[in-house]
Amino acid sequence: MSSSIALHDKTLSELAQGLEAGEYTSRELTEAFLARIERLDGELNSYITLCREEALRDADAADARRAAGNAAALTGVPMAIKDIFCTEGVRTSCGSKMLDNFVSPYDAAVIEKLKAEGVVILGKTNLDEFAMGSSNENSHYGAVRNPWDLSAVPGGSSGGSAAAVAAGLAPAALGTDTGGSIRQPAAFCGITGLKPTYGRVSRYGMIAYASSLDQGGPMARSAEDCARLMNVIAGADPRDSTSVVRGVPDYVEGLDYNLKGLKIGLPKEYFGEGLSEEVEASVRAAIKVFEDAGASVQEISLPHTHLAIPTYYVIAPAEASSNLSRYDGVRFGHRCNDPQDLEDLYKRTREEGFGDEVKRRIIIGTHTLSEGFFDAYYIKAQKVRRLIRQDFLDAFDQVDVLMGPAAPTPAFDLGAHKDPLSMYLQDLYTIAINLAGIPGISVPAGLAGKRPVGLQILGPHFGEQTLLGVAHQFQQITDWHRQRPEFGQEQA
Amino acid sequence: MQWEVVIGLEVHAQLATQSKIFSGSSTTYGAEPNTQASAVDLGLPGTLPVLNEQAVAMAVRFGLAVNAAVAGRSVFERKNYFYPDLPKGYQTSQMDQPIVGPGELEILLEDGTRKSIRIHHAHLEEDAGKSLHEDFQGMTGIDLNRAGTPLLEIVSEPDMRSAKEAVAYVKAIHAIVTYLGISDGNMAEGSLRCDVNVSVRPKGQEAFGTRAEIKNVNSFRFIERAIHFEVERQIELIEDGGKVVQETRLYDPDADETRSMRTKEEANDYRYFPCPDLLPVEVDEAYIEHLRQTLPELPAEKRARFESELGLSAYDAGVLSASREMADFFEEVKDVCGDAKQAANWVQGELTGRLNKENLDIAVSPVSAAQLGGLIKRIVDETINGKAAKQVFAALWDGEGENADEIIESRGLKQVTDTGAIEAVVDQVIADNPAQVTQYQEAEPDKRGKMIGFFVGQVMKASRGTANPQQVNKVLKDKLDSLS
Repeated sequence: MSSSIALHDKTLSELAQGLEAGEYTSRELTEAFLARIERLDGELNSYITLCREEALRDADAADARRAAGNAAALTGVPMAIKDIFCTEGVRTSCGSKMLDNFVSPYDAAVIEKLKAEGVVILGKTNLDEFAMGSSNENSHYGAVRNPWDLSAVPGGSSGGSAAAVAAGLAPAALGTDTGGSIRQPAAFCGITGLKPTYGRVSRYGMIAYASSLDQGGPMARSAEDCARLMNVIAGADPRDSTSVVRGVPDYVEGLDYNLKGLKIGLPKEYFGEGLSEEVEASVRAAIKVFEDAGASVQEISLPHTHLAIPTYYVIAPAEASSNLSRYDGVRFGHRCNDPQDLEDLYKRTREEGFGDEVKRRIIIGTHTLSEGFFDAYYIKAQKVRRLIRQDFLDAFDQVDVLMGPAAPTPAFDLGAHKDPLSMYLQDLYTIAINLAGIPGISVPAGLAGKRPVGLQILGPHFGEQTLLGVAHQFQQITDWHRQRPEFGQEQA
Repeated sequence: MQWEVVIGLEVHAQLATQSKIFSGSSTTYGAEPNTQASAVDLGLPGTLPVLNEQAVAMAVRFGLAVNAAVAGRSVFERKNYFYPDLPKGYQTSQMDQPIVGPGELEILLEDGTRKSIRIHHAHLEEDAGKSLHEDFQGMTGIDLNRAGTPLLEIVSEPDMRSAKEAVAYVKAIHAIVTYLGISDGNMAEGSLRCDVNVSVRPKGQEAFGTRAEIKNVNSFRFIERAIHFEVERQIELIEDGGKVVQETRLYDPDADETRSMRTKEEANDYRYFPCPDLLPVEVDEAYIEHLRQTLPELPAEKRARFESELGLSAYDAGVLSASREMADFFEEVKDVCGDAKQAANWVQGELTGRLNKENLDIAVSPVSAAQLGGLIKRIVDETINGKAAKQVFAALWDGEGENADEIIESRGLKQVTDTGAIEAVVDQVIADNPAQVTQYQEAEPDKRGKMIGFFVGQVMKASRGTANPQQVNKVLKDKLDSLS
């Protein structure tokens, strides 16, 4: 790669190469990103907490390690972390007033792994409170703007991570995806984001929203970068019983994928009413690229797709209502002033600490789990969930991957969705994937005016290697992932 | 009207695992508050539970011991409610699919009758923490050392018909869990506590009456008293035209009464659902079989063996097998002395009497099994008689010697069996009590047997209890009869 590309536009892989070649030190790299964040993030609001001191300390340690000759592949590269992963000694707010004062005494499993690799953590990125939202407008720390168009949302809930990577305020970031929260903001911000198979990456230390759906994963500028990050963060963890004991392949090796003979399925339900013409045009053009490279395409049906959103909005709030019970003002986090009694402590602490969307989902979840409604909602939703999963299993009997849009429209304007229900429909193409537990990746595949479009590629359980390989090959042919927003460029 | 009492019990047995059910924290009792509470026990954001396999093994062993169906697949659920000492806002428990299915347990009543009590199921769950109200003026302190301690909740069918049966049942549970070594059964420390469901119904009626649940009763005596009080309360209430309301009550041992815990019944909706952080627990046949092989001899088997092999009465066998400590103690005494019946008599008689009097557990008995066995051995081989033996026992209790032989020696308690020596004492006693001799001679022969007791007493007194009582009897009889 040409060294004429500004540091902040390089991919993680390129930065690692530069470190290895001695073109710059981790401290220089880290300082450059910190300076850029301090200069530009006022407009974006992509970070909640900047870890300046810790980052420089870790950068120096990385440089020393490299000098000593025992650097790992990503030692010294900086990245950002969605503020839902616990980081020792640093505030972990989860975008909520409830945890505004929470400094975690421990590192999440993935943070431990990144630190062991020698990755430098620049800071903690903004998100919808407790990962509940599709626009990043539900954060206690304010909305995030989309660097491609400052009047647009970056998507959610990992909106801060997506905006930071797109704007060159971090070369890569960690996100989490419960109903599309990695893939949809990746699509809106023109970056690559992978939601791994449920159980592939440890959830330990990742603040729970809906435990059976939550999955952490990489957000970066390329599929290759996602593969490099997956090589670090994937694998079973004895502290997370739902993480799967299964060998981790080398995802970077899997990038060398031959598209000839690849069988692509197009779920017809993902190309129906509500899909914007611009998005459809970009996605179909992208699929044409694969066909030209020797892949075959067939239409597939996922007949229970229309049930995914209602099913999700029974299961996710049910689990959330229980997971968020621990925020009671007793042991950590926000506590109301001068509680009159125990009941008052609970009520006012939670009234003050949670935002509207979180309260809305707690109430929905409490209702669907309550006596008399449990069978009609929760049990029924679990049955439908099995049908949705089976749709995908059946599809992957016929094809290698499924392709479609990541979201029905490009990024929408801030404040566009006043009604929570219309916002929920944003996740039409991403939610079923979480219910089924399969992996999905979103890659940049075009622009609708100033706003990016994402192509979503889905694979069978533990098919990340194929997804990353297929996405990487697409990025060898196209350069959508190389496009950068104007934001911040003149100040490079 | 004749009333029938119906009782069902939920016994919570704290499992004797090294660490908590979902974290690596220690479970040792009595540590400084919050020193045994990790990030997981505190419910810190992002923490996840990991099931302790030891707790599963213990639950399965219990299931096997009560002939229950062990579930190949059981599921942990969340029971959601707010309480300051419940860190996560839910208790992880099992409801729909518990690990231990229906089983049964035989109980032994004091009159020797036996009855089978059905066990509905037993499930694993985590304990909550403790709220401390005393040490903080106007505030409440929370100690989470106990939070996450594994509990096995054993739920009976409503098969008990009296307080005595309920106590016998809890004792039987206590015996099983301590035999298995899965709980220390220490009721004072709360390792074994129970909720008692009590209702009454007219004799002959099939439908159950409305029940009241008495929470957290933690001693055999309190269980009995609480039930007595509650039964009387309910009968009086109904006979006065009132109605029993379904409610949770608390037993106050100081006032010896049960009280309603809540003035109005709160509708509790725990919103149970399967815990998404824990996989279903799968135990296969091979694992169950492996645990079955490692089961110790259980109370029922032990009782049967005590009866058939050692020739003990059903009652003795029942008492001596009721706890593992008691059974182990008895067996050691028996092995040392070689006489099961004498061992049984001494353990249940002199030893238990003294232990009860001083409120001591057999585990800390001042007289060890080896010492008691050594003492009985000397009775069996006629070195000492029963009277001297009681002195030796008292001396051992007070720690006056290492073993019975030492005390027999130092106190000169060896039984005198030399006929000449006994005859000399007998002659002296006859010479000293002419009036009684005359009485004896004038008595009808069938009254004489009784009168001879006086002379025996005198002889024993004169010999400081060391004379062989049988010999004394014989010599006295011969001499007195020959005088007439």
